[in-house]
Amino acid sequence: MDPIYQALVDIVGQEHVSNQPEELFIYSYDLGTTEPHRPDYAVTPRSTEEIQEIVKLANREKVPVVPLGGGLSLAGLAVPFRGGIALDLKRMDSILEVNEKARYAVVECGVSQGQLTSYLERNYPHLTHSEPGAPPTATIAGNVAIHGQGDLAQPYGFNSDMVNGLEIVLPTGEVCKFGSCSIGSGWFTQHPLPDVGLFLGWSGTTGIITKVSIRLFPSKKIRGVGQFVVEDEELVPEIMYKLTHTQMTEDIVAFSQAVPPFASGLQHFTINIAADSEKELEFKQEIIWDDTLGEYIRSGAGGFLGFRSGLQRPQVSKTSDWRKGGGFEYVGSIMPVDTYPECYRRGREISERHDIPYTVLGRCVGTAHAMMFSWTYAFNRADPETVRQAREALHETDDLVLELGGTIWKPGLYGQKLVMERLDPNTLNLMKKIKQMLDPNGIMNPGNWEVS
Amino acid sequence: MYELKFNESECLSCATQDCLTRCQYMDIDRDTAKAEILKIARGEDSFVLHDCVTCYACEEYCPVNNHPFYLIVEKQEELDVPPLPRPLIRRGIQMGIPFRGEPVIDEINGQTLDMGAFADLMYLIQGKLFEGLPVISTDPRKMFHYFCQLMYLHYGRASVIKERLPGIIQTIAKHNVTEVICFHDECYGTYTSYCPAVGIEVPFKSIHFFEFLYNRLNELKGEITPVNLKVAYQRPCSSRLSSDKHHFVRDIFDLIGAEYVEREYVDENALCCGGTIQGQRREGSRKRTADVQKRNIEDIKNAGAEICVFNCPACYTTMGRLVAQNGIRPVFMSDLCRLAIGEKPAGWR
Repeated sequence: MDPIYQALVDIVGQEHVSNQPEELFIYSYDLGTTEPHRPDYAVTPRSTEEIQEIVKLANREKVPVVPLGGGLSLAGLAVPFRGGIALDLKRMDSILEVNEKARYAVVECGVSQGQLTSYLERNYPHLTHSEPGAPPTATIAGNVAIHGQGDLAQPYGFNSDMVNGLEIVLPTGEVCKFGSCSIGSGWFTQHPLPDVGLFLGWSGTTGIITKVSIRLFPSKKIRGVGQFVVEDEELVPEIMYKLTHTQMTEDIVAFSQAVPPFASGLQHFTINIAADSEKELEFKQEIIWDDTLGEYIRSGAGGFLGFRSGLQRPQVSKTSDWRKGGGFEYVGSIMPVDTYPECYRRGREISERHDIPYTVLGRCVGTAHAMMFSWTYAFNRADPETVRQAREALHETDDLVLELGGTIWKPGLYGQKLVMERLDPNTLNLMKKIKQMLDPNGIMNPGNWEVS
Repeated sequence: MYELKFNESECLSCATQDCLTRCQYMDIDRDTAKAEILKIARGEDSFVLHDCVTCYACEEYCPVNNHPFYLIVEKQEELDVPPLPRPLIRRGIQMGIPFRGEPVIDEINGQTLDMGAFADLMYLIQGKLFEGLPVISTDPRKMFHYFCQLMYLHYGRASVIKERLPGIIQTIAKHNVTEVICFHDECYGTYTSYCPAVGIEVPFKSIHFFEFLYNRLNELKGEITPVNLKVAYQRPCSSRLSSDKHHFVRDIFDLIGAEYVEREYVDENALCCGGTIQGQRREGSRKRTADVQKRNIEDIKNAGAEICVFNCPACYTTMGRLVAQNGIRPVFMSDLCRLAIGEKPAGWR
């Protein structure tokens, strides 16, 4: 009997650990272009205590641990490059608290976006959270861990800016809390205690998030989407600036794509607006469509496509999968808004060079403080040549992001290498020290952010 | 190239100038109407070209079938007076480009129902009314091969229609059809009104969907139970191109025991759903749309309608939710007919 397997069985029970190839296969890959690597074990713990025991075992035996939420990152962030334990956190799926007055929810790390959305709709219809464009099985914890953004990114910023507190299992097995919860108070604020934000953006290489407190926001009775379209990509930044100046939108996304043909060469905006009454809605619509965008309509440069009540969530992930064979991966980036035209043009060139229908999208983060810009490349899973083409296009795009003065969002290994090559040496050195201190045996998601 | 057959002398001798004097969106007296339509016919600019909401109604108002609306569209394009902003025109034109491969051509050898660009509404042609009827354009991925293109009248782009339509007709004809029942009356209007007006040949006979429904209901008369519902009808713009078939609305309602409520905005006075107005370049188009829709729905409500019947999927998309929010059930005509013969409508909201 494999002693590590037996030890894992002792921690979580036989039904929640596997070393069988057919089950390990599922954890060997994600839906992007990364080459698969099989773990040695797949484990589905149910508690922080079980995770502690697993990590202690792994640290003692120097076995890699790869934490996994929804497994939807696409960039290979949860592919077990060095084998070890695939730690599937989906059973940690309790919504522990919703504080209505302080507007936050405390959830375990396996709670999905869709789960929280439906829970709030049923029990707290006047509250909502910023749901990302990913499919609803993406987890809250996984999303904040990668600095995700959602459909409230315009007024409130990154989802990781909405974290009020974290519970973490360190690579050496200790449990730490951060934020007001760490002094025994409620989970209502991350500030103003000394900043020890060492766990977001590290792709699970410094610890395992087991609980998150996430801010909730008012959910107005009417939420809907309006669409606006322009031909000239140079207009996109100024329109984003003007729209954010109104402070009346919940989400602003600009996109362009080769397929279906109606969208090709045009820049579409989807603009989410919310209101508690028809009166408020009409007031906002008048400000947005008539006063702010009216000049483009009258000059013939922009067109209003209408407003529809009701949000389709998630919005973003439905726009990419256009190639026979059903695969796609994207490079996400955080860019200044005024780079949109160049991002669009250069991304289109890369796509056309690799014979892939282009798909690009920019989501406004904050009041045009930045945008998440993505370039998506479709491929046929059954055709290695198209996978290779997509991978090359992705790498070229990683290079492009840095060339255009942006940062790569949730980079895969290639992108991480590019970032580390450019990192300020002192910053890189600090990261090395942190990594060595927290994870002395290098067991956490090895391959990713290998600074040491 | 195909050319619109427009006879200027008919307008010169016209006693009513109904085409423009009856327009519900512009206030024009008879003298002005005559002057403006003649200016348009002679290729001169006119405020009508700028203010037209493209509701098609003047095609019906014209007492001599001289195609004033087709003329307006031709001149909007010729004089570069686009009714919509440029990106909307480009978007619309690109929307009609097929991109998912070629359609499968089955030989029909007779009558068929053509879903046109509404293959995703196949659920509306279920049940006894449609039993045994061959259908073409059933695949949403391929439906733009059957798209009649007439929508581009709203875009001031007659050239796109003329360029693409012969190919669409050829695709339909490849099925070896003799009679084509048009699911949408925009297709019917294309083949029976627009094509003759510009000289495009159509090698099959077109049948209006409501005429087909009426005849089928008569065949199934024994199975009809009166629906006993008060109904209003949202007449689409495209219906103005086949006004000789509009009586089938009332005929069907009579046959199935639906009470056609008395309204102000009915038949020739019908109001546009607003779908085409809201995106127009003219100042205030969004608010104008809201106003038209509000008047329309208030009229339906005041007439006591329980159901609002639609023919056009675009009208349904534009107005369906608003109608429902006002306590009136939106329903397609085919679904209402199915209800009358004891079947469960597929599209109840």
